[in-house]
Amino acid sequence: MKNKLKVLRAKRDWTQARLAEALDVTRQTINAIETGKFDPSLPLAFRTARLFGLSIEDIFDDGAADPETSEIRST
Amino acid sequence: MIESNSDRVGRRHEKRATVHLAAWTLLWLITLAAAVLGPRLIWDGDTRFTTLAVFINFAAGVGMVLANRRLFRNLDELQQKVQLEAMATSLGVGLVFGFTYSTLDQTNLISGDAEIGALAIVMGLTYFIATMTGLRRYR
Repeated sequence: MKNKLKVLRAKRDWTQARLAEALDVTRQTINAIETGKFDPSLPLAFRTARLFGLSIEDIFDDGAADPETSEIRST
Repeated sequence: MIESNSDRVGRRHEKRATVHLAAWTLLWLITLAAAVLGPRLIWDGDTRFTTLAVFINFAAGVGMVLANRRLFRNLDELQQKVQLEAMATSLGVGLVFGFTYSTLDQTNLISGDAEIGALAIVMGLTYFIATMTGLRRYR
């Protein structure tokens, strides 16, 4: 799954270690998410979104456009 | 590898749980040795002491299992995934190896009796290798 974690972290000038601390996971987990090797659980995705003040979709992208969601959003 | 500050903070509970697991494992090994060697070397085959030693060893084993569960729950989700995959691999290898080893023994294709210790060694090594492989994969 693609994500903007690295970009968002860089904007705030945070290290992986600092983000890991804020999300209560290990730095290895942050690195694995950033490199796309590991997909976070829903609770961790929510915590991440809350931390950056964004929605989950703003950070994570599974690459599959959902037509129904797009319709709901456009209305 | 140098461990970062946040790793230490986030893993505080994990480290404590690891120490608990190490202590319970050590206790289990000591009581196992006592239950196996005690009848011959210490209490001269007295079944009361042997029974007591076996029960104490069993209780230590239960403590070790609970400590392992507590450690697992304190791991973060990536570590849990690595451990879960390693456990699945070692369980599968242990099952297949165990039955093959037992069949070899029953059909007398190997000399001597099948020892449970061999299964423990195979499962332990498999678990270690699978954990290392998993950690490297997500590095």
